[in-house]
Amino acid sequence: MTTLAANRPAYDGKTLDLTGKSGARAFRNTLATVLIVLCFLIALIPLLWILWTVVSKGYSLLLDANWWSQSQRGITVRRVGGGAYHAIMGTLIMSLICAAIAVPIAIMGAVYLVEYGKGTKAAKVVSFMIDILTGVPSIVAALFIYAVWITVLGFNRVGFAVSLSLVLLMLPVVLRSTEEMLKLVPDELREASYALGVPKWKTILKVVVPTAFGGIITGVMLGLARVMGETAPLLILVGYSKNINLNPFDGFMGALPTMINQDRTELALEPAADRVWAAALTLILLVLLLNLLARLIARFSTIKSK
Amino acid sequence: MSSTDGTGPPDRPTDRAPGPKLDLGPVGHLGDRLFAGLARGSGGLVVAIVAFVGVFLLALAIPALADNNSSFLFSRIWEPGGDNPRFGIAALFYTTLISSIIAMVIAVPIAVGVALFTTYYSPKRLAAPVSHAIDLLAAVPSIIYGLWGILFFAPILRPVINGLASALGWIPLFEKPATDNLGVVFTASVVLAIMILPVVTAISREIFAQTPVAHREGALALGATRWEMIRMAVLPYGRSGVVSASMLGLGRALGETVAVLIILSVPNGNDPWNSSIFAGGETFASKIANNAAEFDSPEKTGAYIAAGLVLFVVTFLVNSAARIIVARSGPGGKRPRKNRRTGDKAAQTEGATP
Repeated sequence: MTTLAANRPAYDGKTLDLTGKSGARAFRNTLATVLIVLCFLIALIPLLWILWTVVSKGYSLLLDANWWSQSQRGITVRRVGGGAYHAIMGTLIMSLICAAIAVPIAIMGAVYLVEYGKGTKAAKVVSFMIDILTGVPSIVAALFIYAVWITVLGFNRVGFAVSLSLVLLMLPVVLRSTEEMLKLVPDELREASYALGVPKWKTILKVVVPTAFGGIITGVMLGLARVMGETAPLLILVGYSKNINLNPFDGFMGALPTMINQDRTELALEPAADRVWAAALTLILLVLLLNLLARLIARFSTIKSK
Repeated sequence: MSSTDGTGPPDRPTDRAPGPKLDLGPVGHLGDRLFAGLARGSGGLVVAIVAFVGVFLLALAIPALADNNSSFLFSRIWEPGGDNPRFGIAALFYTTLISSIIAMVIAVPIAVGVALFTTYYSPKRLAAPVSHAIDLLAAVPSIIYGLWGILFFAPILRPVINGLASALGWIPLFEKPATDNLGVVFTASVVLAIMILPVVTAISREIFAQTPVAHREGALALGATRWEMIRMAVLPYGRSGVVSASMLGLGRALGETVAVLIILSVPNGNDPWNSSIFAGGETFASKIANNAAEFDSPEKTGAYIAAGLVLFVVTFLVNSAARIIVARSGPGGKRPRKNRRTGDKAAQTEGATP
């Protein structure tokens, strides 16, 4: 490169002067490099800072076995003790119910987009609506379920309502990633199956979906990670309970985000502050674990295209 | 490649005589029809959900809006319920928009820098871990952003706020109120910027990576430096992508709830409204979440649902705009523009000939 540049004949460029490697150009190049590396470093700071804050302030309670096995029943902000069992279970229950509803719809929706509706107007409409759903703020999803579940149907504020609103948030994530994976399945596989006389639906169920399975699981994990950290639906659709409540259809339910929210106004008190950061760390660990699992699965199950 | 992708349903020929040894299961098309129906139904369900969100919110908002004794769009008062319900979204709209726009202005240049770093600057081996690390930012729950933002991050913003206020304080937007409160719109904006950074970065990164090799190598062959190559080839190619990524980021920032709820201090009811970004305020989302306990009467709930509907419509518009920009002039430039798409034809034909 450099020797070529040095030997190039002089030329008076009018639009963009690329002759020689003048000081100004070299300087601009270096400046851009420095700025871009700087951008990257700036972007890393918040991540490391947040992780450091949460880990350093929250780790001590997590080492206590009680944290994983007890609830906050009867424990006030000034008292040490108790655990996050109720909140962890609440978070898991609500997000798993959400997944149980959202994942089948998402996979079938993706199957529709890739296998049945490809190129049609209807598929374009569906695709556009998924994009819109991706952008729906969690508070709007929560309000919508509030309108349906409580105002119109007259039910109470329960964990299941939260699951329903989380479905709206999880559906587009899983659907999009499943769609991408189904698209990657080579057509040769489908054709081979058709050539053997296998009907289309069996081909999809037994050939296409299994081939893309790893990717689909990755999408589900990422979707779960997204909904677990959501707080807004919890604030509107279910009250926070310090007791263990494993029934999503009755009564208030604890969850990690609302456990943080509950005590965040009492951060001046040490027991409350400890619990807030420990709950935050538990939540981050849960979410990061899902993310890492998703990436691992993705790495080991990439579809090898020829 | 694409002979079976839905255009010609490759069903089994039914007229074939069934071989005695070749048992492939029943030939009936019932399974096919059921499965296709399920798939279509799921697609339809998605459309129905989005439509329902709009319809339901509208249906519950209308009665409250009809009773409203104040201009919904232009009033800054928020006193729903009671005998004389008066509420308007002007203040909420302003705070939501200004905080999100500032977040976007801060996040986009950094996101573009990070995307360029991972695609064209970092060593190949570093690129993937770096991308993952930035993606992890998206995995941090927003309530943690909120707590960290107000407790740890806001104090280091104090000098920035003071500096900006003393330099630009004559503009109402940067006017500093007397209080030393850190829970201001500006703080929320910076935290929002961190939160939307991974979204904007991920999309920009994808589009920068798609810049045709011919464009890049052409620029380099002309003797361009790396930065000039990026300016001549990568940035023009990715411009529409970056614009739509910023819009998606904006959409995300508009709807962010809990982080904003924690950071922004709610102004006193008696205080005069302050347009400065160094004052507190409430966004649509934080207002709704903050008052979830007030949803006792249909009239009150209706007012909040009306606010939620406006938020839905605004994010809908922003996201649609982003998608339309992608569809119009996305990577690969289906609709070439005069000065920047000249290389596309060459790139496409180059791809076709071995």
